[in-house]
Amino acid sequence: MARRTAALEAFSAAPLPSAKEEVWRYSRIDDLDLDRFEPAVPAAGAPRSAVVSSRDLLDPFGPRVAAVVSVDGVLAVAEPAGPDGRDVVVGALAEHSEADALLGAVADAGADLVGLNDACALDPLLVDVAPGARLERPVVVLHVAGADGSAVFPRTVVRVGEGAVASVVEAVVSEQTARRLLAPGAPGVAHSGGAAHEPVPGGTREATGEVVPARALVVPVTELVLGAGASLAYLSVQALAGDVWSLATQVSSLGADASLSSFAVAVGAGYGRLRTDSVLAGAGGSSRLRAAFVGSGDQMLDFRTMQDHAAPRTTSDLLFKGALSGRAHSVYSGLIRIRRGAVRSDARQTNHNLVLDEGAHADSVPNLDIEENDVRCSHASTVGPVDEDQRYYLESRGIDPGTAEELIVAGFFDDIADQVPVAGADALVSRVLGRRLVETEHAEVLRG
Amino acid sequence: MTTGELCIEGLRAEVAGREILRGVSLTVRSGEVHAVMGPNGSGKSTLAHVLMGRPGYRVLDGTVTLDGIDLLALPTWQRARAGLFLGMQHPIEVPGVSLLASLSAARTPPSGDGDDEVVPPDVAGQLAVEADRIGLDRRLLERPLNVDLSGGERKRNETVQLGVLRPRFAVLDEIDSGLDVDALAAVGRRVREATTEWGLGVLAVTHFARLLEVLVPDVVHVMTDGKVVATGGRELAGLVDQAGYAAYR
Repeated sequence: MARRTAALEAFSAAPLPSAKEEVWRYSRIDDLDLDRFEPAVPAAGAPRSAVVSSRDLLDPFGPRVAAVVSVDGVLAVAEPAGPDGRDVVVGALAEHSEADALLGAVADAGADLVGLNDACALDPLLVDVAPGARLERPVVVLHVAGADGSAVFPRTVVRVGEGAVASVVEAVVSEQTARRLLAPGAPGVAHSGGAAHEPVPGGTREATGEVVPARALVVPVTELVLGAGASLAYLSVQALAGDVWSLATQVSSLGADASLSSFAVAVGAGYGRLRTDSVLAGAGGSSRLRAAFVGSGDQMLDFRTMQDHAAPRTTSDLLFKGALSGRAHSVYSGLIRIRRGAVRSDARQTNHNLVLDEGAHADSVPNLDIEENDVRCSHASTVGPVDEDQRYYLESRGIDPGTAEELIVAGFFDDIADQVPVAGADALVSRVLGRRLVETEHAEVLRG
Repeated sequence: MTTGELCIEGLRAEVAGREILRGVSLTVRSGEVHAVMGPNGSGKSTLAHVLMGRPGYRVLDGTVTLDGIDLLALPTWQRARAGLFLGMQHPIEVPGVSLLASLSAARTPPSGDGDDEVVPPDVAGQLAVEADRIGLDRRLLERPLNVDLSGGERKRNETVQLGVLRPRFAVLDEIDSGLDVDALAAVGRRVREATTEWGLGVLAVTHFARLLEVLVPDVVHVMTDGKVVATGGRELAGLVDQAGYAAYR
């Protein structure tokens, strides 16, 4: 509680972020009006109606070892591990004896809106994997948010003990959007019925070009703490409705010889920002960071990454790929930082953007900050439309232009879709990306 | 077997504001093999792309009909659906898109006018058969289109597609370049067989007579400076091969 009070005071004392700051450049942060939202508070009794329905929201994630669900920031379901029960604990972080040390262990309260999350997170969640454990199936963490007028601050701490091997799937969703994008079954069926009146992601701007204020705010913070020799596969999915703003932070800290393979899928929210910081704190650590995103309408998807090499012989390999249609806008801004002493480190950073319509736009800004000599770094980025020669080649075989473009866009994601680190989750990723591409009328299916 | 003709009349076209085709006329009938020979820059490849409707190639005058259909009025994909195939000199890489997916799409009615009752053809089986016929390793069929294929593999890949799509007329733009002797023989034989199997009409663009020893032409056209300057039987290819194009300039 002391931490929350201090956090709130610190956040209130500091000015709100502004697009004048480099990390907020190009963003829509200046349109954020916090006064429009009420922090969600725990209702008497069950939060919303979702305690029951959120259980079936877990189904699309497939077999799991354990699950934990928050609704409007409040712990709703904690489904402990079965036979593996000793290997992983899931539930409320507050109940853990080391709660104070775990929360904020790797997320810097001064970065982005972490301090606001510190102050406002109601029920931080914990996934605690015991040292040496080997989880055969993923732990699923699901946050249901986006209720009208609400501000929700999901907080998740994942600790993977020394030498443990684990996988985690974390999703932040609006209820109806989740049903439409995530659920198995024919997309045509998922489109109909109750989902019909749900705002499509990206529909937050009126024809005037003015940004319509968000109807809900979500500020998730996830901390991934990997002990020495630990290995974590982490998949995150952001599938919020188009009238929601999401300002998310994922911070990982890797001990010696630890290995992280993360994959972010971002398709929802009118303004969806994801800050990804990976701190390679111990020698020999290795992080592989992937993201795939699809934006349409007036959506803005905004990615800020930091590959922070703080120890010798660390490697990081980043690849973010996205497709944009309509008047959608994406930002990729990434920094590779090699600190003094991080000798023989190897860092790669690549961002490719496919711009499908004239009104769509992508900014791509890779950066290096290298304080050490004996290192290898590379970065590359591209922004461009569908290749005319590729289109001509397919059309010369008798493929109509719409189908040709669908094939090319699906082909653009083909390599990254093969790199989903969580076993069995590749179908989920292909489904989410494929359905969003259908909604943008640019691709029928992603082959998985 | 059906009969028909690909008829090119007085075709003039420009690329980047420069007139490259300056009045080309020739007619290929079903089952015939025509060779178009000519030096670099004579307009052979331009002719191939103008027939297929490549963006950036502008027709100034003339007509092209396939069995009476006005090809120049159609977009590229509908020219292909009308029965025209272009085997490209430089087949284009399409990352992440498989040969199977693209040919399946090419054989499916376009979105919108789809008939759900249509049984999809066995494209995979046909691909395997066609690959075997010209000695292309079946494993290469799994690659994304033309990605990491050698020049010769790409040409054989084009020939495999020709065999699966079974067009009425095929324009083959230097299908021989990049092929070794054995592959050249296999590709030439396959195309020749198609002329009797389903009456394929062929317009083979080439620098050299080597291909034409296997894919024996019924008619040879010599093209220089954007025009057909000589037309004759297969013996013309031999003459050109010995004496070069100087006499036609």
